[in-house]
Amino acid sequence: MIREPFVNEASPFQRLDPRLRILMATAFAFVMALSDRFSALVPGIVASIILIGFSGLQVRNVLKRLMLVNGFILFLWLVVPVTFPGAPLFDLGPLTATREGVLVSARIAIKCNAILLSFIALVAVSPVATLGAALARMGIPEKIVFLLLMSYRYIFVMETEYQRLARSAAVRGFRPSTSIHTYRTFAYLIGMLFVRASARAERVYMAMLCRGFSGRFHCMQEFSFSRKDGIWAGCMTIALFGLGILEWMG
Amino acid sequence: MDGLSSIIELEHICFGYDAGPPVLDDLSFLLGEGEKAGLIGYNGSGKTTLLHVIMGLLTPSRGTIRVLGKKIETKKDFLEVRRTIGLVFQNADDQLFSPTVLEDVAFGPLNLGKSPKEARTMAMETLERLNLEGFENRITHRLSGGEKKLVSLATVLVMQPKALLLDEPTTGLDEDARTRITSLLNDLDISMVIVSHEYDFLAGTVQRVYSMKDGRIQFDGEAEILHVHVHRHPVIEHRHSREGEQGKSHSR
Ligand SMILES: Nc1ncnc2c1ncn2[C@@H]1O[C@H](COP(=O)(O)OP(=O)(O)OP(=O)(O)O)[C@@H](O)[C@H]1O
Ligand SMILES: [Mg+2]
Repeated sequence: MIREPFVNEASPFQRLDPRLRILMATAFAFVMALSDRFSALVPGIVASIILIGFSGLQVRNVLKRLMLVNGFILFLWLVVPVTFPGAPLFDLGPLTATREGVLVSARIAIKCNAILLSFIALVAVSPVATLGAALARMGIPEKIVFLLLMSYRYIFVMETEYQRLARSAAVRGFRPSTSIHTYRTFAYLIGMLFVRASARAERVYMAMLCRGFSGRFHCMQEFSFSRKDGIWAGCMTIALFGLGILEWMG
Repeated sequence: MDGLSSIIELEHICFGYDAGPPVLDDLSFLLGEGEKAGLIGYNGSGKTTLLHVIMGLLTPSRGTIRVLGKKIETKKDFLEVRRTIGLVFQNADDQLFSPTVLEDVAFGPLNLGKSPKEARTMAMETLERLNLEGFENRITHRLSGGEKKLVSLATVLVMQPKALLLDEPTTGLDEDARTRITSLLNDLDISMVIVSHEYDFLAGTVQRVYSMKDGRIQFDGEAEILHVHVHRHPVIEHRHSREGEQGKSHSR
């Protein structure tokens, strides 16, 4: 099942205006992505860990998610140090790792993890529905927001549909192996999924037409910016400026 | 037409999916003001297709559609039809697309130009009428099949249509939900066409039953009588096999 593992009603961040959280997470991502010095990157990742601490999320779940992403970063660690030109650091058989290569890899790893952690803490604690409404209220074009919400909504339907197809194959004794029969079956399953997706899209559109849809979307959820939001906004802005100063002045 | 005011009037409608055989073949049908009609027919006989033709989702190759006495021709006419007639889809996953139940139910009123606040009030009232209080913040795709069915009925009722087309509204519902829908539909003072395979349900909600066959609609009879008829068969056979118990079949 596809899930929203970090949606956490108890998180104190839930009570902050989602617009503020999206804005802050985005600003933080920009600062981290543009920073190069470790004097800014290290405080940055520390800050994101502090946010996770405040968010009240289960550390185990967060680590699980981090492992997934760091799997990709591991590939970078395997390739970049030995291919990046620079001063040799140590030899690995015929390959030579460079000092610069190791530093670049370290930067990428820190940036990725810091950005991921801040988004988990600030953004992923809200259901996608709330985030969509928040984006709409932030002035993001309605069509883009609805693209997001509809993809999200129907990913679930497609998943259920895939499981139904796979189950129906399974109960009729289908066992995947390396045979032409297996490949053909999977091709059918995936083809069927596409056919159903497009048929479904058409019917959903019809249902929308029946309810008076005329191309304009309306957003219902209202958000209010409270004093508490103001305090958090202040703190986070100061932290972001601090990181900026460390990077560009320090 | 002759004095009786009609909501929906179909004349000589022909329709076939591209390259396929005709699904609707010279079909004529009339739904009177306040009439509640049941529609039965084999799987694939074209019931869903018919409802989609009425809503203007499919265009017939021949024939005329009149709604409230007005001939429906242009796209704009159909926009008007969709404000007058509500269609509940056979598959609730087609109908519910918003993330939360409240947003989905409010979608129609918002399209009708209501303010977010009004739309919210209307949505909440409709949910309450369907005994769905507390569902407003549920995520639509996480509802059970039956719950989805009830919510999709809410999404249409909230628009206060003058006529209702229901495509198998009770499939997958438990006894309790079925009773609730039956009494709700009985309380509604609007015309409706209910597609269903369940005689019991139809007998409890509609006055007349039509059946669909060979691309046409024919009048089958008053729902009451059909209902009794269907239920009498086993009793009659029963009587044949056991001569002694004649009294039972008179309990009507
Ligand atoms: N999108 C489509 N493209 C081509 N043919 C279709 C399409 N939808 C339905 N049909 C065909 O049209 C005929 C009527 O289908 P329809 O869905 O109207 O039947 P139905 O009476 O609603 O059946 P059920 O009781 O199973 O819901 C069927 O033979 C079906 O195969
Ligand atoms: Mg059907």
